[in-house]
Amino acid sequence: MDVTNIEIKTKNAECKPAENKGSSVQIKVLFFSRARDLTGLTELPLELSSGSTTQDCLNKLVARFPSLEEILGSMVLALNEEYTNESVIVQDKDELALIPPISGG
Amino acid sequence: MAEEERTQVEILEENNLIDMTKYITYVSAPQAGGIATFAGTTRDTFEGKSVVELRYEAYVPMAIRCIKSMCSSARSSWNLHSIAVAHRLGSVPVGETSIFIAVSSVHRADALDACKFLIDELKATVPIWKKEVYANGEVWKENSEFAERRLELGKDRICSGRKVEVKAGDRKTCCGSKVKVDG
Repeated sequence: MDVTNIEIKTKNAECKPAENKGSSVQIKVLFFSRARDLTGLTELPLELSSGSTTQDCLNKLVARFPSLEEILGSMVLALNEEYTNESVIVQDKDELALIPPISGG
Repeated sequence: MAEEERTQVEILEENNLIDMTKYITYVSAPQAGGIATFAGTTRDTFEGKSVVELRYEAYVPMAIRCIKSMCSSARSSWNLHSIAVAHRLGSVPVGETSIFIAVSSVHRADALDACKFLIDELKATVPIWKKEVYANGEVWKENSEFAERRLELGKDRICSGRKVEVKAGDRKTCCGSKVKVDG
């Protein structure tokens, strides 16, 4: 049917010629305790180029909120509710949390 | 698995008091000869300063995941019957309980050792934060246990999911136990 043809045409129009699988990813960043104090935010959507690492996310955040430098050396990152490190590649819809030094109990 | 059903984890929203009896009742069982508990309460002073209250917040879904994970670790090291862990959020005034852990086992040594492990592990790995509030200021606290564990946490992409083995016979009190961690 014509509908199918139209869909195909639309898809082709959206395809970017050079990169595969889309060229950017959108993640959600969560700020807790001191990180929230420093940024004034509890959460923030962040767009990055596909293949970006958690370190790239951090760099982008520090560029936007230089005061985060204060906790860079003492905090840990969590990706989708699990502790992670700076070299992990983030995927679309990932949730990245800045975990300043904890103090439960 | 049956053991999963005997682990209760609760993060209590603001203004909910911890009902210790409820958790002790939960872990009680005819076959469990020992119940060990730990209650963490807000102290009235820190380094000479008067504390008004502690204020807690948490990355709740990850905190629950981490606590469940540390309970699994405890079960792989000790023979346990039931575990209950409850942590309050929001303001916890002086004298009130912010965290409660109850563990039951057939023989008391397992419950006692696991209880200590659980509070130590919570302080090192679970994403909960507290602010100490004084008359003239407030400060985010930092657990030394976390500082010691920090570099390991990020490396293995875990949330306290590593199995911890305790060498038999290391029954020293207070900071003396050797802990072997599976690589």
